[in-house]
Amino acid sequence: MSPMRLLIVEDDAEAAAYLTKAFREVGHIADHAADGLEGYAMAEGGGYDVLVIDRMLPRLDGLSLIRSLREQKDETPALILSALAQVDDRVKGLRAGGDDYLPKPYAFSELLARVEVLARRRGAPASEPTTYRAGELVLDRLAHRVTREGHEIVLQPREFRLLEYLMKHAGQVVTRTMLLENVWDYHFDPQTNVIDVHVSRLRSKVDKGFEHAMIHTVRGAGYMVRDSAH
Amino acid sequence: MTARIEPTPRKRPHFLPTLFRTTAFKLTAVYLLIFALFAAFVLGYVAWNAQRLLNDQIRSTIDAEIQGLAEQARQGGIRRLVNIVERRSRAPGASLYLVTTPVGERVAGNVEAIPPGTLDKTGESEIDYARTSDAIDTPSHAIVRVFVLPGGFRLLVGRDVEERERLGTVIRRAIGWSLALIFILGCFASWFVARRVLRRIDDMSETAHGIMEGDLKGRLAIAGTGDELDRLALNLNAMLDRIGELMAGMQQVTDNIAHDLKTPLTRLRNKAEEALRSAKSTDALRAALDGAIEEADNLIRVFNALLMIARLEAGRTSDNMDDLDLSEIVSGVAELYEPLAEEAGLTLVGDVAPGLHVFGNRELIGQALANLVDNALKYGRPESGGEAVVTVAARRMDADIELSVSDHGPGIPEEDRGRVLDRFVRLDASRSQPGFGLGLSMVAGVVRLHGGQLRLEDNAPGLRTVIALPAIAPKPVETPTPSDPAVSTAEPNPAGVPSL
Repeated sequence: MSPMRLLIVEDDAEAAAYLTKAFREVGHIADHAADGLEGYAMAEGGGYDVLVIDRMLPRLDGLSLIRSLREQKDETPALILSALAQVDDRVKGLRAGGDDYLPKPYAFSELLARVEVLARRRGAPASEPTTYRAGELVLDRLAHRVTREGHEIVLQPREFRLLEYLMKHAGQVVTRTMLLENVWDYHFDPQTNVIDVHVSRLRSKVDKGFEHAMIHTVRGAGYMVRDSAH
Repeated sequence: MTARIEPTPRKRPHFLPTLFRTTAFKLTAVYLLIFALFAAFVLGYVAWNAQRLLNDQIRSTIDAEIQGLAEQARQGGIRRLVNIVERRSRAPGASLYLVTTPVGERVAGNVEAIPPGTLDKTGESEIDYARTSDAIDTPSHAIVRVFVLPGGFRLLVGRDVEERERLGTVIRRAIGWSLALIFILGCFASWFVARRVLRRIDDMSETAHGIMEGDLKGRLAIAGTGDELDRLALNLNAMLDRIGELMAGMQQVTDNIAHDLKTPLTRLRNKAEEALRSAKSTDALRAALDGAIEEADNLIRVFNALLMIARLEAGRTSDNMDDLDLSEIVSGVAELYEPLAEEAGLTLVGDVAPGLHVFGNRELIGQALANLVDNALKYGRPESGGEAVVTVAARRMDADIELSVSDHGPGIPEEDRGRVLDRFVRLDASRSQPGFGLGLSMVAGVVRLHGGQLRLEDNAPGLRTVIALPAIAPKPVETPTPSDPAVSTAEPNPAGVPSL
């Protein structure tokens, strides 16, 4: 994907250095603000695709920062990082205008996947297309039909939604937590690799008998739908 | 260096100043004052009444005598009066007589000196007098009455009031004595009570100080009288017991955490060290780092679980509760775990009555249910020849909604059922499976927060875990949009996968 411009608002210098370095290594442009006010000033200047905001910041806390931006009609997607990981904290974060919430400590792959999804959403047209395509795999959202190379693939409703989410973000890494949150709308720890089992079931229907795999496992991160024939 | 706060002065202060500051002393002083005033009032009233009575008596005696003498004067003239007066004057007694000429010259009587002008006004008055000219310096006191006789002669009849004054003195002395006695007795009583109460309170604060210094076994002494101080001591002791229990619990949790977090940390450290020392290739290093990350992730999960349990036990999440369609949650969780069950060689059966509603938090109830299902899938494998079925059920039971997860595995022996709800408790039978022993503690916390009950029952064979939650009436508007595939899990199953 094309490089994103990111603003990381984080007061812990080491964490900030780690994040900017990690984002730059995968080809994105990352700026850093060390406190809430600086972050607000830089975000207001605009031009960022996604804001990554620590919740507890000196001078202006993360939630107030986002709230202030939203009052200025600045709708830049914002992801909140927080050491508070309880159910109600996430709800508070989203209510303040955050678009996603990631509790600390997190895996960078998880953060990257979420940030890329947020950046993509910013560029996407207002209305979702009625069909998603990845190579010869076609998902018709209105007819609830999935075909590959013209053959219909029969899916259960939940499998359909799983594939729909993966195809909506085709070419992007989607983590297990993202799937659990977006396909099942659960925000708790399922204790086991439930998602893997669901994906492998889906994969057995979508990829079995075809030359190229569509659903790929991204090691240490999650899954990605990509037409591997090209 | 840290500042130390001294809660109370350590050494016992001087007794007297403490006494003046005690409640017992203040109360006694107030009572003392009230009793003194009351006694003074009563005695004063008695004295005043007695004096009045005596005065009335004296007056009526004088009046009777004057009337008698006046009668004599009218019948026998002034000479007869003078004779009678002279005779009566010689008799001993408190009566005073004086007869004078119109110009004030003494004719007869036993009074030598009276204040000038006394004879000019008729009627009653109180005067100082002297019976003899020698006694003028030490006059006595009397009530007298002057009567004008025919011809201008004056007749004075009086009565010494020494008796009355003696009574007054007696009463005044009585007042003085009783006040002194009240004061002395009051002081003594106050000192006694204050000392008794003070000593007990001092003992109490001494014990409390000892407990603060670290003697956690110390308890306040009970006198056995059942008074306020005893009740206070009993309550404080009960409070100390409760604090002791909480601290013991806390200690146990801390020990558990120390042990159960140190073990994976040690493993993590060992892995890193081992990789540094002996990894030959980049791939081996990479594998070791992957292992380290996995270990760290596990630690994070334990941490999150512990924090969540602590938070649940503190009961602070209740403001995020709402009317929930429990049937939807239970079906959803059952559906989520169904493929996992299949992979584990078990059949997951969902038996969910529609339209069950509770007031709660969706994520927490989902988490609790997920933990139970996860446990059932891990430990609920039948031993041999048993039914490989895990049932997730939800139904209404009177005022409650019962969620249950049942398996046909080895179950939990009855004596262990209470214990498994504690943190980090893992039964020996489960040691071979991955886990931290926090799942059921979390479930117990969620259930408690929702005001429900958690029961572990014998499924004969196997374990049935039941969560009973208070039911509420469903919201009137509950019509899911038919186009949303999320709610269509009840549709006919085209792939022929076992239904939930």
